[in-house]
Amino acid sequence: MNALARHRRHPAAIALLLLLGLIVTGTAYSALAPKAATAAVATADQVTEGHQLFLTNCATCHGTGALGTDKGPNLAGVGAAAVDFQMNTGRMPMAGPGVQAPRNVVTYTQEQISAIAAYVASLAPGPAVPDAALTSGENGNAGTGGMIFRTNCSMCHNSAFAGGALTRGKYAPKLHEMDGKIIYEAMLTGPQSMPVFNDTNLSPQAKADVIAYLKSMHEEGNPGGMALGSLGPVPEGLVAWIFGLGLLIGGAYWLGQKGA
Amino acid sequence: MSSEAMDNARAADRLREGDRARQAPPSAGAKKLGGMVGWVDDRLGPAKGVNYLMKKVFPDHWSFMLGEIAMYSMIICLLTGVFLTFWFVPSASHVPYDGSYLPLKGVHMSEAYASSLNISFDIKGGLLIRQMHHWAALMFIVALSAHMLRVFFTGAFRKPRELNWIIGCVLSMLALVEGFAGYSLPDDLLSGTGIRAAQGFMLSAPVIGSYLAYIVFGGDFPGEAIIPRLYGVHVLLLPALLIGLFTAHIVMVAVQKHTQYPGPGRTNENVVGFPVMPVYAAKAGGFFFIVFGFTALLASLVQINSIWVYGPYDPSAVTAGSQPDWYMGFADGALRLFPGWFEFTVFGYTLSLNVAIGALMLIPVMYGIMAAYPFIEAWVTGDKREHHLLDRPRNQPTRTALGVAALTFYGVLMFAAGNDIMAIKLHMSINDITYFFRVAVFVLPVIAFWVTRRIALSLQRADRNLVLHGRETGRIVRTGEGRFFEAHEPLDEFSRWKLVGFERQAPLELTAGTDAHGVANQSAKHAKLRQRLSRFYFGHHVDPVTPTELAAAHHDGPAHEAIGAGEGAHAGAH
Amino acid sequence: MTNYEFPDANSPGVVRLDDGHSPAEGTLPAVFENPGLPPHVHRMSDESERGAKRAEKQVAGLFGLSMVGTLLALFAYFAFPTDHRSWIPGLGTVSTINLLLGVGIGLGLLGIGLGAVHWAKTLMPDHETVEMRHPMRSSDDARAEFVDVMRSGGEKSQLFRRPLIKASLGGAMALFSLPLLVQLIGSMGPLPRNRLSVTFWDGPLENAEDALGGYEHRTFQPVRLVTDPEGLEIKAADVTIGSVYHILPKGLLELEENMLEEKAKAAVLLMRLDPTDFKSTEGGRKALEWSYNGIVAYSKICTHVGCPVGLYERTTHHLLCPCHQSTFDVTDDCKVIFGPAKRALPQLKITVDAEGYLVAAQPFMEPVGPSFWERES
Repeated sequence: MNALARHRRHPAAIALLLLLGLIVTGTAYSALAPKAATAAVATADQVTEGHQLFLTNCATCHGTGALGTDKGPNLAGVGAAAVDFQMNTGRMPMAGPGVQAPRNVVTYTQEQISAIAAYVASLAPGPAVPDAALTSGENGNAGTGGMIFRTNCSMCHNSAFAGGALTRGKYAPKLHEMDGKIIYEAMLTGPQSMPVFNDTNLSPQAKADVIAYLKSMHEEGNPGGMALGSLGPVPEGLVAWIFGLGLLIGGAYWLGQKGA
Repeated sequence: MSSEAMDNARAADRLREGDRARQAPPSAGAKKLGGMVGWVDDRLGPAKGVNYLMKKVFPDHWSFMLGEIAMYSMIICLLTGVFLTFWFVPSASHVPYDGSYLPLKGVHMSEAYASSLNISFDIKGGLLIRQMHHWAALMFIVALSAHMLRVFFTGAFRKPRELNWIIGCVLSMLALVEGFAGYSLPDDLLSGTGIRAAQGFMLSAPVIGSYLAYIVFGGDFPGEAIIPRLYGVHVLLLPALLIGLFTAHIVMVAVQKHTQYPGPGRTNENVVGFPVMPVYAAKAGGFFFIVFGFTALLASLVQINSIWVYGPYDPSAVTAGSQPDWYMGFADGALRLFPGWFEFTVFGYTLSLNVAIGALMLIPVMYGIMAAYPFIEAWVTGDKREHHLLDRPRNQPTRTALGVAALTFYGVLMFAAGNDIMAIKLHMSINDITYFFRVAVFVLPVIAFWVTRRIALSLQRADRNLVLHGRETGRIVRTGEGRFFEAHEPLDEFSRWKLVGFERQAPLELTAGTDAHGVANQSAKHAKLRQRLSRFYFGHHVDPVTPTELAAAHHDGPAHEAIGAGEGAHAGAH
Repeated sequence: MTNYEFPDANSPGVVRLDDGHSPAEGTLPAVFENPGLPPHVHRMSDESERGAKRAEKQVAGLFGLSMVGTLLALFAYFAFPTDHRSWIPGLGTVSTINLLLGVGIGLGLLGIGLGAVHWAKTLMPDHETVEMRHPMRSSDDARAEFVDVMRSGGEKSQLFRRPLIKASLGGAMALFSLPLLVQLIGSMGPLPRNRLSVTFWDGPLENAEDALGGYEHRTFQPVRLVTDPEGLEIKAADVTIGSVYHILPKGLLELEENMLEEKAKAAVLLMRLDPTDFKSTEGGRKALEWSYNGIVAYSKICTHVGCPVGLYERTTHHLLCPCHQSTFDVTDDCKVIFGPAKRALPQLKITVDAEGYLVAAQPFMEPVGPSFWERES
């Protein structure tokens, strides 16, 4: 107590207190409102670096001010989560024109992605990259997550996470072996055709439940044997016709042949 | 009876003179019937009948085993199905799940679904039995469909087997319903969606739709009645019908004796093959174990109908890739292809033909045409004789082409039911795929008909060529004048018979379609139609080689086989 | 090669060798004759005792394999609990007991089957046996006798001489099944009445199931929209553009009875569009009018056969049904733009209450779900 009293008037105390206050409010804010802009915690350096990276890698389509061109949408307000999702799944930068940006190889480091995310987030407030506690899958209820998943997600992504067709060549991608953070960001930002599930629609806890469900399903594996791409009755019918009937006809052929 | 059979057996042996006699010595056991068997025979006298059955001869061919695969798969279904009834609870009452499958822990679901999960995760080996049951069900319908195709393309449905063909059609149709009922029982999200659609189908029935749906479901959809009702249908009503019809099917095969492929020594009056005892008892009995064992292997290696992944049924939830099992695919495909404008409003009432045609009418109409086909063909061809020798499909170009066209129609509908899977797997637009199928369902069968008939005729010509000019030996011979030709080796009489032993076909020739006064009468109109159809059937035909033609071809000598002589050379002769 | 002269195919005496047909000529028969069974070829096991011995060993080996498989299955049953998983290359993480039990049983059965067939093929007689066929029809005598028996039976029973019996028997036979049919059809389910046309949005069911002759009585009051499955109320301000909410009427999830039946009719999809996105068609205008600031609610039950239409593409504003691909245009009052459905999805008119929560302004104004005969369209 005495030591604290002694240093109370130290010139660094104000800065320290300010820093402490920032950390506390920042942490509380990000915990209570995860859609807060990352600009709050991003450093100015990061934003500058992000701007440079943006100009060289993204500006062709999204414009130098990220306000969009006829080739790419306006990014003001999409938030750091959207950038983190798009770039960590290799969807952006997009390799070529198409109805939908496909998942691709990631060619950027997390630092570079975070820098670009910080820059985009600095343009206008948007959803931030979610906290690891919500995306690890450990703090959710798989049973509830399953119910939410079947109502909100499975009609596009398939209850076995195999993905599904949308109109005119668009599709909902499969969700096998996805990172919890990516799933969370997708729900939060609604990339491409996907609708947005903001925190009043699916609360952070509900999203964590969904991730817990995905994880626990993944851990269960495919107890019955080969999963056939988890595509349901179509591949099962193909197996029965081609593999099943084929082998049994082979057996019948052997049976009907004269012995050697 | 038996002495007659012995005589016949001797007559057949004469066909193979010079062959080593293989008469089994009187066996040591052939003393007298005693013990248990004797006791039974004293009371029921089955020995005579069993003797007859044990001596029955079955011809050997792999395609004759397709029906057996179906039969054995059905038996496997019955066996494993009995196992499943010990654990399955056919109830739609809701319970919270408390089993060992963690992702569904605490979720409310029907008892039917909970008990299916229980079978899959808590009953030791239950998952294996469930998967065997489902795989055997798929194999049952796969094999019976393949069996039907075999019967169709070889003409085995002709007199005297039309009745058995009809029984087979009914069996096949009932198998679809049986399969659908079983698929629906676990009450998972996928099968529940199927039942949801089925209620929509019923609602689409003109006039009575809503009454029908409320009767079947016992009220609003989904209700708690449908699961126990489907259960009764699946484990009692339909199996009883299937077994009854199937028994009739088999008894008729035994009474009429099996058909056989044409070949040396095989005629319309005999059947050449192996007796039940011991050869077919071992082969067919062994094949049952092969099919059973294969099903067990399949069930242990390949997962089927992973109901735990789909989750419990909930009318507000659905999964992408909602498909029925493959055998219902064609009806589902028809529903996907029908454009919406097939729904009409007539005097304030809604006529939902966009649903009713594909969902309610397609299956009965398709099976109706199939069941009627033997009679249509017999009328068109005027063939009223008994047929026990099968046709090689190429020797009936029009029937084969009709069959392939029908199969193509069916196939397009079936693949249309997988349009969403194709879209994601082939990275195509689901709309484009659907538009393609909408056209293909009309165009492809016509193309398939034409192409198949051309192929069948070409194969027949190739057969003729082979008979007339023999097998190509690959030996190039140079003549004294310096010309080259390839030496051909004539066929032996047994191989030749396979290619020439079929009937020459010709359209029905009918007399003038007018009566004495030159007025066309009603029956003459029918006759005209019949003649036209007959020309359609037999207008394109290739005749079997006659001995005269073969002699002429041989007479020409190798000169006619000059390389590059082309088709025209075949016409030359003296 | 070209110095051949091809005679005219139609000239007399020419044997056509293409598709044609040449009848008998001279001493040759018109058609080939069946040459009879080909000579029998012996198998290795017929020729030598060594071959037979080898076949015997092979058969015994297969039967032995069967026993090994059965033992494996028994071992697997007792050795592994149901939740034991193994990672197998090519299969993934599978249930150990399912795999080993199935492989064991499979080998146990296959060994017997393959052994029996191999035995039949190698050691059992392979001489073809010939059985003669007989025409299926009974002899003329038997047929005549049949007619006799039936006719004399009919005569002895006096059936044709007693028209009263004939008519009354016919009547009795025609009628006896009626009560059974009436019982079955009459007791299977209630009449539909107005049940296909009302939903929980009209209000909770107020009368007992069998009261009012099966007609359901419900009273509408503005009910709040809640999320499915969590049951949370929704403030209009929270619905951002591009969002989709799966909606139920408040109170439905708490129902003790008929919850699924109510849900099957009342499920709704809520989307928020930019008001300028709506088409300027009659439908688009009506949709906007029934919306709250671009927040629209539509029945999720497909008008085709009733699957939940949940696939909302927020960029194109299309709704796709996963069952049969009916596609609805949200900007044009959910009219069908592709697929087998005919009718647009019914819209639920919504507004906000005093506290800013979304509520239904009125129930559905037409029956939801698949078409049926007596629906008024």
